[in-house]
Amino acid sequence: MAAISRTISKGLKAQGSGLILAAALSLLPFALPVHAQARRIISIIPSTTEMLFAMGAGDRVIAIGSYDNYPPEARKLPRVGALIDPNVEQILQMRPDLVVLYGTQTELKRRLDRANIPNYSYAHSGLADITQTIRSLGTRVGVAASAEALAARLERQLADIRARVAKRPRPKALLVFGREPGSLRNIDASGGVGFLHDMLETAGGTDVLGDIRRQSVAMTTEMVLARAPDVIVELRYSKDDINNADMSAWNRLAAVPAVRNHRVILLTGEEFVVPGPRVAQATERLAAALHPEVFK
Amino acid sequence: MPGRSDVRRRLAVTLAGFGALTFAVCLLAPLVGSTSIHFSRVFDRSIPFADNVDAQVFFVARLPRVVAAAVVGAGLALSGVVFQALLRNPLASPDTLGVAAGASLGAMLALTAHADFTLLGVSVVPLTSFAGSVGSLAIVFALSLARRRGTSSTVLLLGGIAIAALLNAAGRFIQYLADVTETFRTVQWLMGSLDVGSYAPILASLVPFGIACIGFVTLPRVLDLISLGEEAAEARGVDVVRTERIALVSASLSTGAAVSLGGPVLFIGIIVPHMVRLIVGADHRLVLPASALFGASFLIVCDLIARTIIAPVEMPVGIITAIIGGPFFLWLLFRGR
Repeated sequence: MAAISRTISKGLKAQGSGLILAAALSLLPFALPVHAQARRIISIIPSTTEMLFAMGAGDRVIAIGSYDNYPPEARKLPRVGALIDPNVEQILQMRPDLVVLYGTQTELKRRLDRANIPNYSYAHSGLADITQTIRSLGTRVGVAASAEALAARLERQLADIRARVAKRPRPKALLVFGREPGSLRNIDASGGVGFLHDMLETAGGTDVLGDIRRQSVAMTTEMVLARAPDVIVELRYSKDDINNADMSAWNRLAAVPAVRNHRVILLTGEEFVVPGPRVAQATERLAAALHPEVFK
Repeated sequence: MPGRSDVRRRLAVTLAGFGALTFAVCLLAPLVGSTSIHFSRVFDRSIPFADNVDAQVFFVARLPRVVAAAVVGAGLALSGVVFQALLRNPLASPDTLGVAAGASLGAMLALTAHADFTLLGVSVVPLTSFAGSVGSLAIVFALSLARRRGTSSTVLLLGGIAIAALLNAAGRFIQYLADVTETFRTVQWLMGSLDVGSYAPILASLVPFGIACIGFVTLPRVLDLISLGEEAAEARGVDVVRTERIALVSASLSTGAAVSLGGPVLFIGIIVPHMVRLIVGADHRLVLPASALFGASFLIVCDLIARTIIAPVEMPVGIITAIIGGPFFLWLLFRGR
């Protein structure tokens, strides 16, 4: 509750309603959704666009970011740039009453603040932040009840996956989300924090990079050999991003148990790179890859 | 004027000194890494290679890195010496003529277009970056053909800077159109990495590097004369235009080979020749071989630091070359004053 009222008060400050009013209103969160209703929302980040549609606020979204592809009905909306190239002029012209942007878009935020356009900054981190964002964004937009239902459903689905794999041995796994095509150079893997790490732990694996407290780790072949994962999972946005020759590059590291036991697995799909409402689906696919015997 | 035997003696001393350094560094570097391995197991033939983690760390992860660092370091240092002598400019480097910019553009195109093919075991990014460097070499070469005899090397230098700017702009435009992940991969490539993971890209880069070395062997005497001025060189019977072209092609091939293998760790190409000149003097008969050996040792040491200093993760080697090289160079510059 405190978090919700904090978010709302932040939003109100952004509207220029004044510090005192915001502080007073933040003590009365139950009265706020009426004031915080947003009807013309621009969402620049794929995950928040997905969240808004999944919580039933899709009809209030008037524009989206360049890389937002889900749900299909969102694709009809105009696009206003993305993380590094938001089209501020276009955004201002559309007269939004809420712009959902990423935490690092500080310049965009400053300009929106100057134009008195309310905005909601979001930054993804762990799995828990996804449901937390759904709840606070829902409250901010004025659909708190359906957002709560969505968040609770997600949490239930994740808890269910956790329960299904709870009694299984946990393989040491490495999540790779990028490397130079056709080689093992510049391997990017998920480190010990962030939603990919949380997904892996929920799916019944032990993250071989769990001790490195970073979202992404630039890995070398020596590290892969030393950490000796039982399973290597390659995550990609789409099938076009990788081919069979690419996957066979791993065969050079024959001493790695995952390579020796043919457990280098490719999973493709937007849900692996967008920390939004489809994260339960992604976690289930990951769990099925780690524990095929449970998810027959 | 030093006598022939004096030069021979100094060459022997220089080669022995820098050779010993390179040998020691090559021997030491594969022994150290982010993980500890048992050397008794590395060379234990009774364990099959596929099951021998220590042997794989040594032969698949570390040794190719050391060899790649040696090739990249030597290649960039040699090109640096030649470009500086040819253009008679201490700030000339392997990127002055846009070769590295061409290589970077090639790599960016492959990373952004999601191109994915291999040729003789070499993956797409080294191939396209080499193609990019040869492409920019072709432009520079066309410039040098079009250039009338007798104009100053400033024309070539400025022409190269213009080409580099053009290719860099094209690269930035591609990056601007690319999405965040592709841009991130490009930035990663630009920081340089020697974790080549196999011997195929090293062997492939040895072909252009070998051709370049044949060219370099013919250069020391004439570069010494050209350093004094083109007219003075011509007066002593040097075919300046021919020498210039051999030097351009060799240095560009060597840069292309190095950048396609390790990324643009270009600082090596500016700084190593100057470091070596501060130690052995300006005679190219000494500077060329010493730069090759010192460039190799320097990059091997920088890579050793890059892969161990914040273990278990790594620093990009390009950052280390500048952090170590900058102060070391300043010390050499100011030590005697």
